[in-house]
Amino acid sequence: MSERYSRQELFTGIGLEGQRKIGSKHVLVIGAGALGTGSAEALVRAGVGKLTIVDRDYVEWSNLQRQQLYAESDALDRLPKAVAAKNRLSAINSDVDIMAHVMDVSVEELEQLVDDVDVVIDATDNFDVRMIINDVAQKQKVPWIYGACVGSYGVTFTILPGETPCLACLLETVPMGGMTCDTVGIISPAVQMVVSYQVTEALKILVEDYDALRKKLVSFDLWKNEHVAINVDKIKKESCLSCGKDRTYPNLDRKNQTKTAVLCGRDTVQIRPSKLMERDLEQLATVLAAQGGKVDRNPYLVSFITDDHRLVIFKDGRVLIHGTKDISEAKTLYYRYLG
Amino acid sequence: MNVIVNGEHVEIPKNVATVSNLLQHFELDQKVVIVEWNATILEKADHQETRVSDGDRIEIVHFVGGG
Ligand SMILES: [Zn+2]
Repeated sequence: MSERYSRQELFTGIGLEGQRKIGSKHVLVIGAGALGTGSAEALVRAGVGKLTIVDRDYVEWSNLQRQQLYAESDALDRLPKAVAAKNRLSAINSDVDIMAHVMDVSVEELEQLVDDVDVVIDATDNFDVRMIINDVAQKQKVPWIYGACVGSYGVTFTILPGETPCLACLLETVPMGGMTCDTVGIISPAVQMVVSYQVTEALKILVEDYDALRKKLVSFDLWKNEHVAINVDKIKKESCLSCGKDRTYPNLDRKNQTKTAVLCGRDTVQIRPSKLMERDLEQLATVLAAQGGKVDRNPYLVSFITDDHRLVIFKDGRVLIHGTKDISEAKTLYYRYLG
Repeated sequence: MNVIVNGEHVEIPKNVATVSNLLQHFELDQKVVIVEWNATILEKADHQETRVSDGDRIEIVHFVGGG
């Protein structure tokens, strides 16, 4: 057992004391896609005390190229990513307390999840949820690490409430959905590079070596051989509604929350019922089978295939409608089969 | 005109007069970006007025959403 972290304890930045701190800390990883699986594996191997990972999706074949915790069997079984991730992470390090939630993170969920967390790793795929993370992190004074990648390009920034600018300061306007969708693909080294930055920053925070933090906005393009680091201290705005002196946390306003979302580059719409519920999947499978179409079920979700679409219904009531980007068409299907 | 963008020397056409033009030239005008111009970080409102001259050193980071 004492051998397990010996190489990390030999590293001056961490040492025995740092390792003890890492082992007593809690990291929240939001998203279990490419970035989330990379960060979670590195942190669990590093011996973090507790790791919580949340994701709203399930494993598909196109994930296996870069989402390192998943195997073919997970795609075959359509396991929720959070469940498959937990299985693999527990096998890697049984000493770590691993919590996994199959859920779509919005304000309410995040405010609960962030409680007692030492650092949040952003492994999401959209700015709607990042802006919520931003405001919850400011409100509860938790550091978080923005990270994103597309193609061979990646970008990351560590946000320390009360010190650095927040994401709202940096963006001013939130990028539109279409702009951020990964329609140009992604190579896994770009993922790994962002993961390396995020995990290293997280380790510095966990061992409380704040002076070592990078403090710059960094981006790279591995294919074009570019690397940029910009000091953005001056971008912090006193007038910022998320981190300034008259803050109102606009992204936590329930009015601004969407019940439907088009999933990036996936030809899929998610519909979130206004009240989360626990669906009886067995009964649902029977009802759907009676309406024709092919029904499959595992303990976490039901998959229902009609002529042109596939509906995936989760236990918490959420439904993914594959085969459309059109919210009104998705709603029609939702009410036809599940209304 | 020759400027240094993200560490690389690049030749840009004469009609690129401002930082806004430069972002259009690199097809980054529809993206959310942070621009550092000769070691000074620019407010987004300054992109229009900031003139680009020969030898300028410009760093551009654009935000993406994928993960
Ligand atoms: Zn701010």
